[in-house]
This record gives sequence, C-alpha cells and structure tokens, in this order.
Amino acid sequence: MSVLKGQELRIIGFLCNWCSYGGADTAGIGRFVQPTDLRVVRVPCSGRINPLFIMKALLYGADGVLVSGCHPRDCHYAEGNFYARRRLEVIKALLPALGIDPRRFEYTWVSASEGRRWQHVVESFTMQIHDLGPARRLPDAPELDVLKMVAAE
Amino acid sequence: MSIQEELQAVIKEALPDVSCVIGWREGPEPLRAAPLFVRTPADADAFRSGYFAVNNPAVFLPEYKGGKVGVVVKGCDARSVGQLLAEGLIRREEVKVIGFPCNGVIDVDKVAVALAGACDPGEIQAAREEGDELVLTTPSGEIRLRKTAVTADKCGRCLFPNALDADVFVGDTLEPAVSADDYADVAAFEALSLEKRMDFWEQEMSRCVRCYACRNACPMCVCREHCVALSRDPRWLTQSDGVRDKMFFQIIHASHLAGRCTGCGECQRACPARIPVLLLKRALSRRVEDLFAYRAGVDVAGPPPLLSFALEEPKIKERDW
Repeated sequence: MSVLKGQELRIIGFLCNWCSYGGADTAGIGRFVQPTDLRVVRVPCSGRINPLFIMKALLYGADGVLVSGCHPRDCHYAEGNFYARRRLEVIKALLPALGIDPRRFEYTWVSASEGRRWQHVVESFTMQIHDLGPARRLPDAPELDVLKMVAAE
Repeated sequence: MSIQEELQAVIKEALPDVSCVIGWREGPEPLRAAPLFVRTPADADAFRSGYFAVNNPAVFLPEYKGGKVGVVVKGCDARSVGQLLAEGLIRREEVKVIGFPCNGVIDVDKVAVALAGACDPGEIQAAREEGDELVLTTPSGEIRLRKTAVTADKCGRCLFPNALDADVFVGDTLEPAVSADDYADVAAFEALSLEKRMDFWEQEMSRCVRCYACRNACPMCVCREHCVALSRDPRWLTQSDGVRDKMFFQIIHASHLAGRCTGCGECQRACPARIPVLLLKRALSRRVEDLFAYRAGVDVAGPPPLLSFALEEPKIKERDW
C-alpha cells in the first residue's frame, strides 16, 4: 500500500457493533488488504457515539476520525443511526469554526456484508488524511513541558 | 407612565400569584444591572429595565421548577424561556412571563473601547440614557458616547425585540432592526485560513482561567453539578492549565447547545477574559438553521431537531464513497 510508505498517521474509527464492525470483520476474513492507520473502537450503535468522542479524538492527537454505522433503516435498534446522522452532520460545522479541516472527519454507512466497500472506505479515508498530513495540535499544559525539561536534564 | 413604571405595577399585580418575580435592579456599578428577586410589593420599587438590564433572568427558572414564578424578559430572554419550555425543563403553567419591547442593551466591554483611555471604566460615577446617547459622569466631567457604538452585537442582529409568548406585554411592539440573521460574524471568521483560525483560538483560549462563568450564565446549561466537565469518570477534562483542555471545555459547551442556543450571548458577556465564545455556538446554530430550518426558542412547536429525526433528510447529503 502506498500509504504505508513513510509516516503512519493516527485515524480513529468508531464502528457500530452490528453492521460496520461486522463489515470490517468481513473484509478481514476476505483478506482484503487495507492501510493500517485506522484504529477501531467498537460501539453498540452509531447512536451511542457522543459527538464529543469525535472532538476529543481530534483535539487530543488523532489526525482523522471515521464513523461508520448501519445503513439508514437498517439499524439494529431501529432508529439509532437516524439520531446519529443529525448529530454527526451538525458537529461537522464545529470543525471549520475551530480551525480544523472538516475533511478530517467523515461518517458513512457500511453493512456487515460489505467487506469490499469497507476496504474502499478505509483506503479512501486514509488517502484523504494522508493528503492533509498530520494535524496541528493545540499546546498541552505548559507545566508538562517544564516536567519534560526537568526529566531530560 | 414609563415602561419601567408600568412593569413595576405589573410585577406588583402578579405577586400574589407567584412566589417571586425575577428582574433587574441597579447593580454595584453604574453600567451593570444586577438580578432582582421581587418577593414583596415594596421590592418592586427597586426594579429597573432598560439599557443596562443586560443579564438573562431565564437562567434562574429551572431552579424554581415545582412552584410558580414570574419573570420579566427582553426579546432574547423570552427565546430562552421558550426553549426551556420546548425541552420540558420548565412548565408553562409554572411561569408567568412579563414581556416588554427592548431597544438594545449595553456592552460594557465596548464602553471601555469607546472611552479610548479618556477615563477608566471603573471611575464612572453615574450613567444615564439621553436619546441615542449614553451620558457618563466621571471625575473629569461628563462624557457622551453614541449608543450605537456601545450596544451589544447581538442587538444589531436581533429579530425579536418584543418578548414572544408573554402572558403580559407592556408597551408598544417594536420593529426589528433586521429581517434575517445573516451570520456575517461566522462567515467573516471562516473566511480566514484554517491556520489563522486555530491561531486565533490558541491565543484567545490562553487567557481562559476556567472559571466556568460562561456555563453558569448560560440559561440552557441546566446540568449544574452534573456537568460533564466536572465528571471524574468519564474524565473528559484534566485539571491542567493547557489551551487544549480550555478549548475542549468550549467544545463541550457549544456541542451541548447545538440546536438549543438562542444566541443571548450571556456566555461571552460573563467571560472575565473577554473570549468570544459565542462564535462557536453561532457556527452550530447556523448549521442547525440551514439543515432543519430551526431557530431555538422561536420555532418551538415540534421537538427540538436533535431530539428527533426524519427517515429522509432532505438537506443532509451523505458522502458518496
């Protein structure tokens, strides 16, 4: 994979247990080669995803965040992804206001049988994040820098 | 009879019915009003409305749930009341809303700028309105400022100067100054490069002392001691003094107000470091208005947009991979 050459970036994926996590599993069983930048966090439903998960990841070290759930009308809990869709769409508007590139966060729907599609989503999103490069980080607490200096001496 | 006197009379009339009426009185400084809780008819004489009655009395309402209380509201405060009602955080039959037409309120930070060093804002001994001028009495004589220069930004884009859904409305209704909120402030900020925008926040948030005055002044921040910023498990925020944690608190506040913020600007006004935190909330409000044609505190007939959904979302274009 071209993206594996050079630096690996940190991408966090929030996947619903019933569709997208299964889809990623299907891709694995099918041995579809994928870039390895993505770290997967399994959640019960896309409706479980607090938009703060995404913001926290982006602020505290992730270069990209991918959310994936069941296709609309296919939610295991009937309506979780409908709520998620609205929340995710709204929280997107916060990124440009903070000075974070909105392309660093995407959400999509992948079902448990769509292994090929999952591979395609991971490849496309990883390429997108590599095009943007590592994210700028807001500085951590200054006292931690002092501690690091003391430790280095 | 002036509107203030009429309001005092209305408050006295309302009193037997309610445990107290929330309004404003003269504050510790001439430019700042303070909250007033009228419990006896005599208290009503201290009531002040007008240019200095800035703070939003709707912030106190959730605490009074369970007993009937009166509240005097400007147009923007009435939107907060409307949103609290829409979310079931207060009950309509438990609140008596007394509205009046608002001509705009002062922004004390702008006074300091407008004075341009002519006098320290702390030295102002008295202030009064005269037509479209604000007259300040200082040790070195009277200073006149144009009200347009020191009126809050939110008043310039106010669509509802007359309190909506008031039980009693005192005075004649006013025409709003503008016909739509164009979110020009958000658009201007987002015209900057991403790098500049983050530079801006890094610099602004470095002044934050995490006093959480923005949260405490917010009428929609109803979690109080259950605020996630105070939670140890999950631990959203550390106690460290970094810009990142300070910024993340503002993200918590803004995201919890998505589709709920009425733009009253209390967060920004209460900020002792003068950080323009309303901007983040307005970025989300603009999005919610675009997507769901919902303005918090106004379009409150149905459930709030983020507490409901549609099978087909006409305005949401999902990414086509």
